[in-house]
Amino acid sequence: MLLVVEQFLNGLQFGLLLFLLAAGLTLVFGIMDLVNLAHGSLYMMGAYFAATFAAWTGSFLLGALMALGATLVLGIVLEMSALRHLYGRDHLDHVLATFGLILFFNEAVRLIWGPAGLALPLPAWLTVPVPILPGIHYPAYRLAIIVVALLVALLLYLGVMRTRIGMLIRAGASNREMIGALGINIKLLYTLVFGLGAALAGLAGLMQAPILTVQIGMGENILILAFVIIVIGGIGSIRGAFLAAIFVGMIDTLGRAFLPNLLRQVLSGAAASTAAPALSSMLIYLLMAIVLVVRPEGLFPANRR
Amino acid sequence: MKSFTVSKAVTALMLAGLVLLPLYSQVSGNIFILTLFTRIVILALAAASLNLIMGFGGMMSFGHAAYLGIGGYAVGMLAQEGVGSGWIQFPVALAASATYALVIGALSLRTRGVYFIMITLAFAQMAYYVASGLARYGGDDGLTVYKRSDFSGLINLGNRTQFYYLCLACLLGVIFLIWRIVNSRFGLVVQGLRSNEQRMQAIGFPAKRYQLVCFVISGTMCGLAGALLANNTDFVSPAVMYWTRSGDLMVMVILGGMGTLFGPIMGAVVFLLLEEFLSQITEYWALIMGPLLLLIVLFGRGGIMGMLGRAGRG
Repeated sequence: MLLVVEQFLNGLQFGLLLFLLAAGLTLVFGIMDLVNLAHGSLYMMGAYFAATFAAWTGSFLLGALMALGATLVLGIVLEMSALRHLYGRDHLDHVLATFGLILFFNEAVRLIWGPAGLALPLPAWLTVPVPILPGIHYPAYRLAIIVVALLVALLLYLGVMRTRIGMLIRAGASNREMIGALGINIKLLYTLVFGLGAALAGLAGLMQAPILTVQIGMGENILILAFVIIVIGGIGSIRGAFLAAIFVGMIDTLGRAFLPNLLRQVLSGAAASTAAPALSSMLIYLLMAIVLVVRPEGLFPANRR
Repeated sequence: MKSFTVSKAVTALMLAGLVLLPLYSQVSGNIFILTLFTRIVILALAAASLNLIMGFGGMMSFGHAAYLGIGGYAVGMLAQEGVGSGWIQFPVALAASATYALVIGALSLRTRGVYFIMITLAFAQMAYYVASGLARYGGDDGLTVYKRSDFSGLINLGNRTQFYYLCLACLLGVIFLIWRIVNSRFGLVVQGLRSNEQRMQAIGFPAKRYQLVCFVISGTMCGLAGALLANNTDFVSPAVMYWTRSGDLMVMVILGGMGTLFGPIMGAVVFLLLEEFLSQITEYWALIMGPLLLLIVLFGRGGIMGMLGRAGRG
């Protein structure tokens, strides 16, 4: 029982983290029609910034805040210097150009921070276990991730659905020529959206950093997961990304936790322990394949143009 | 040959260079260059196969490295189980790649655009994880191929020069095949589908079936490259299928010129030589390579072949 609740929460936490990453990706894709493989690099940069700034200032929170600002700025600079020129080009061009950016970022990190990973230690008040149910404790930090991510998701929802900027973003997604013709500075809007997406990726990276080590290439595997999520959820749909992210986070975590024991009931012990890790990694891709075969546009396709 | 053009001249020069390379290596005693170019020729073969679906068929597969792995693992696994004959290993490698291409092609071709890019990527990642889970065959660490494929004395894969020429022959054979395919009725239909699928369907062509066949042919060709690659490195690991490797293949195709016959070879040669060259100058070669890719995408329309074509006209 304890294990089930704990793994369930772990799944939720991972799913929410994936949502932060996927939300930026799906916003950028839905609005600018840009496939950004370098999104994972922004995630990585968020983690590196946080580790560096936290070490400088000696405060985890201050470091995290500064890292958030830094990824926002980095995103804006990246958009203005390189990615802006890719709008309206073929998707294949996006894939290649941002693939080049991944190479660049990985190498730049190796040059600046060295090939060894960094650690981002947690302050003492975040490491205590918190009782959530009678007799069940859960690490405070993971709980904090859940709370922060849910809060960000809510803010994002309100921001996109209830504010003027959000209205412009939605309008830009459905008809960019029209909104430009109405006198909206579409370039600025695009830069802002990209910066927002970068900050979300940075947030995901810096929050994940204390759980895993901060290392080169950390953004790549999770980026693929984020792509799987936006494809399952329907590209451009934030609601779809949210549901798909929770779903994928759950499947990944629960699969890893329970599949080995489950398999052991049918297979011999050795065969099960070999097959289980591969099978749980495959589950998500299997899910994506099934979704795409049944609904080629994803579960919640955004309004078609 | 209708007329002399710059791109034709450069292509001919490059092919002549590839054919004469072992001679140079022999004379200069530079063995490394032969090893390097064997790898280049094999990856050029993989890039050419990707070009068939990407350049001519308009199907942007982001999971082509999976076939490199499948072909490689077919050789490696059979060798491990004591089947050393190339006459068995290579057909199995091709058949396995074709089967995989048939299954994922049938599923992936239901989608289009970015969804297609992503689903092929996801399937390749799946293959990557399957290979990582094969504990009997090395799992994450990969599988050493202790003995190269044995072609009953006909050709010795252990001999560098013979192996190089085998790879080159495979490459040229595949290029010839692609040339015949592209100019056949089948190839014209596939290219028509790239330009306007709806119209082709309205004329009465079963679009998906044509694309699927093309997809399978391409995957099989890449499986051949995989089988050769495993023989070249005497080793196969899940890393061969990692998605960045698929990205490399795409870069080679675009760099050389998508939808041109010899572009992928050109792209593979330039990309891998550049990688080699830059990594000799600086450890941080990707720092230059990355932005270079960005610039190529932004300004180098049509890749090297496109630029040569423009140079020829201008």
